[in-house]
Amino acid sequence: MLKFIIRRVLGFIPVILAVVLFTFVLARALPGGPFDFAGDKSLPPTTIANLEAKYHLDWPQWKQFTSYMIGDELTFFAKKFKVDNQNVYVSKGMAVINGSVYEMDGKTICREGEKLVYGGFKVFDLDPEACGSSKGVLRGDLGPSFRYRGQTVNDVIKVTFPLSLQLGTMAIMLGLFIGIPAGIIAALKQNSIFDYSATFVAVLGVSVPSLVMAPVLIWIFAVNLSWLPAASWGAKPPYLENMFLNPGFDWVNYFTHAIMPVFAMGVGFSAIFARLTRASLLQVVREDYIRTARAKGLKESVVVFRHALRNSMIPVITVFGPLFAAVITGSMVIEQIFGLNGMGKHFINSITNRDYPILLGVMLVYTLILVSANLLVDIIYGWLDPRISYD
Amino acid sequence: MSDNNKAETLMKIKDLKMYFPITQGIIIQKHVGDIKAVDGLSFDIQRGETLGLVGESGCGKSTTGRAILQLYKPTAGSVIFEGEDITTIRGESLRKMRRRMQMIFQDPYASLNPRMTVGNIVAEPLEVHKIGGNAKERREKVKDLLNVVGLNPYFINRYPHEFSGGQRQRIGVARALALNPDFIVCDEPISALDVSIQAQVINLLEDLQQEFGLTYLFIAHDLSVVRHISDRIAVMYLGKIVELTDRYTLYANPLHPYTQALLSAVPIPDPVADAKRQRVILEGDVPSPANPPKGCNFCTRCPKAFDPCFETEPEFKEHEPGHWAACHLYQA
Amino acid sequence: MAVAELSQQGIIARKPRSLLSDSVNRLKKNKLAMVSMMFLLLMVLAAFPFASLFTSGDFAKQDLMANSALPQWVESTAIGRVVFSIIMPNNYENYVRYSDQFPLGADDLGRDLWTRTIYGARISLSIAVVASTVSLIIGTIYGLISGYIGGTVDNVMMRVVDFLYGFPFIVVVILLQTYFKALAKHGAEGSIGQVMVNLNNAMGGMFFLFIAIGLINWLGMARIARGQALSIRKKEYVDAAKAVGAVDTRIIFRHILPNILGPLIVMETLQIPGYIFLEAFLSFIGLGVNPPTPSWGIMISEAAPAVRSYPNQLLPPALALTFTTLAFNFLGDGLRDAFDPKMKE
Repeated sequence: MLKFIIRRVLGFIPVILAVVLFTFVLARALPGGPFDFAGDKSLPPTTIANLEAKYHLDWPQWKQFTSYMIGDELTFFAKKFKVDNQNVYVSKGMAVINGSVYEMDGKTICREGEKLVYGGFKVFDLDPEACGSSKGVLRGDLGPSFRYRGQTVNDVIKVTFPLSLQLGTMAIMLGLFIGIPAGIIAALKQNSIFDYSATFVAVLGVSVPSLVMAPVLIWIFAVNLSWLPAASWGAKPPYLENMFLNPGFDWVNYFTHAIMPVFAMGVGFSAIFARLTRASLLQVVREDYIRTARAKGLKESVVVFRHALRNSMIPVITVFGPLFAAVITGSMVIEQIFGLNGMGKHFINSITNRDYPILLGVMLVYTLILVSANLLVDIIYGWLDPRISYD
Repeated sequence: MSDNNKAETLMKIKDLKMYFPITQGIIIQKHVGDIKAVDGLSFDIQRGETLGLVGESGCGKSTTGRAILQLYKPTAGSVIFEGEDITTIRGESLRKMRRRMQMIFQDPYASLNPRMTVGNIVAEPLEVHKIGGNAKERREKVKDLLNVVGLNPYFINRYPHEFSGGQRQRIGVARALALNPDFIVCDEPISALDVSIQAQVINLLEDLQQEFGLTYLFIAHDLSVVRHISDRIAVMYLGKIVELTDRYTLYANPLHPYTQALLSAVPIPDPVADAKRQRVILEGDVPSPANPPKGCNFCTRCPKAFDPCFETEPEFKEHEPGHWAACHLYQA
Repeated sequence: MAVAELSQQGIIARKPRSLLSDSVNRLKKNKLAMVSMMFLLLMVLAAFPFASLFTSGDFAKQDLMANSALPQWVESTAIGRVVFSIIMPNNYENYVRYSDQFPLGADDLGRDLWTRTIYGARISLSIAVVASTVSLIIGTIYGLISGYIGGTVDNVMMRVVDFLYGFPFIVVVILLQTYFKALAKHGAEGSIGQVMVNLNNAMGGMFFLFIAIGLINWLGMARIARGQALSIRKKEYVDAAKAVGAVDTRIIFRHILPNILGPLIVMETLQIPGYIFLEAFLSFIGLGVNPPTPSWGIMISEAAPAVRSYPNQLLPPALALTFTTLAFNFLGDGLRDAFDPKMKE
């Protein structure tokens, strides 16, 4: 078992490397650079050149990739020389160390807090964090954002990921807690009114995408009925430590804000779970070993929960892989429509902004989530079905 | 059958081996062993005879049939058909050779393509070899064939699932006959059928043999059926033939302990005689063909095994004229 | 079982029944599936040959004087007032304007919602057909070759699929489409790229969508096709075909393909709602077709921010999208029930 997990986790490495490389090359191959526009105005060419130089965009791609992966100071082609007894890492005439910008000849251009003036154009307020060179993905540093001034990708993900995580978790929970019981009841009372209506509602549920569900929910419950707030959780999501350690946490407020986004995302999941559970349980209860269990005189509840349910969950588990992908697309749509400051929204913005580091960083997080989800599915699969061996 | 007295050898099988490799590894597959499904068979098949091949399930009977017909490429050995070694021919000439040898399959439900009509199934051999004239003439030929095997030609447009097991097996026979072959491998053709149907199919096969001068290799695990239809019988155990002789001798004077055990299990339709005879009950399981025992393959279960059985493999020898066996008991 | 009974009663009298005709008969008995099929056929007719007959025909025309207008019949008929008092927020009479040019009203740029919804069906239906066909063809050929040849070839081909499967495909689709969009905007280098960009622009941005969605989704189909091909290859009727001397191509096309194609088509039909969702999603996040080509996803993304004031703009694309996927789901379920071999004997 442990061997299996280790082997699978090692198997992630080429996939993740390939995703990073693919994303990297594709993002860099995109026509149009990140600094073509600042807001609506286009920047002067020299400024663009300076900015591109600052983020190594003038380097050949393989150099950029190596620098992105392992960091500047480990990359031998980042020139290193002494200024004020400090190590300096330079890319095409510029370096940033501890908030000071240096030229190749070692002359300080400006210091922390000053306006950076280079080539005659004001570029931006100097921010020590945003200007720092990245330590590389392999050391957990996803680099500075091109667009969000003063923020690193790690900062952005740190702020936005918890919200997307909460949203996704609650949606999956909703899917499980409504879908599986509904599927079980429908299967046990096959051809009853409940079965027919549940089956119909479930087909309806899988036919309504979250991008329809979300605005429709706002329209019904926030606009027409005014039962629920349509507004977001706020710019900063409620952190888990805040929720559980703070006795004054407003749970009612939290859930009234959560209910529509979670429902918009999760109702489709519960429909999928209900359909699968029903179909699979119907197949299992026709098996001989279920008949045998009944013939032994076992209680119906024991037959269903001990004998039938476990086996019927096997096909249900397989949807967890696609489910996580649906959570990711769902989070983009839901966060956009409800104005939630989550990772999905930033991902979409990073595409239009060509904010490569955020694009890459979020992509990396998604990849990790999806490959781990697949591993989890395999493990649960083996637990449910002892015939599957891990060797 | 111009000369019934002097048997003419139609097929000569020499040291036929069919190993299926066992591999390990995900991308680079390492060869770690072999399943020795057929492990060195040598026997002749005479023109016009029925050679029965019996043995437990998994002993390699079906594999033997398929290896002879080159449906599997044999690992080693030769199959000499009218003087030509067909294990060495390939491609177009092998395809031509297939017109001479056909097969009737075990499972009449799996051996007919459910998406083709009976007419298309029976006509397929003709189409493949571009014989039987144009489409219309072929259709007439197919109707004739259906008639020959006792099916109503009216059914030519029906699909296999509209027939019973016995009818389907007749379709399979018609397909095998379409090319007018000399030799047919019957791979347990009746074991999937109801007992009441079995006799019909057996009789059909016998009639056809008379009519067309066919040679059969009849594979079965049911000794009484084999005794009824075969001229000579070969007994197989774990990839090897242990005894081969004509059917009278085999039942009257079985040499090999395995044959004796098999025969003692055949029910006798006489309760008194049945109660009196001694049954040989074999113990233990058939060893894995991936890892057969040293010495005689049967030594792990043989009631008469003695020292040499565990050491050397017995030779397949002719002990009396026409009576072959592989057993140390008679080697001296 | 009905089949057995039938075969015992006068076998001579009835017509031969192939597996296909059995399945079609079962499908015909499924009312929901048949209604869905009719609905989709009507939709195809409405969206393609007859679209210009009963719409204004110009989905891009803007009438900025009538932006976000409600149709005139809302004000002039009683039923219109009742319906819209349910749909719209409480005080909608205070801020809306009316126009008699639009049967369902106009969007915030003054474009006809009815025309845009009908023309939007073109995108969803094309995606449904093309993406599923592309993935079916590639997947079937790949899986068939892998499963039929077997051995090392099979092993290598399936390792490739496994490796690609490890990729988060939604992420790859988004990236591909980002790239294609940027290509279309800035022009491509090289003649092939330019031809593709031109073709894409001529199709309103659909071409790259086909590629992005179709090229990614064949993996699952390849796995299923391989599994099916493997299991059919072991059937005795394939041995029988070999024994009579049939060549490989004949075995593949006469024996294996007809026996695996049914389940594969059913599987693919069940995927169609997913393709439609994916297109709507990509359009929603701005990676779909090129504006002003209407797509239901784009229309929803335009209507969603205004849902507090103009929910009527959301309804046409939302209902169209829902009913279309609903119809494909019912049809897919019906096909599966009709063709599922487990239902037989």
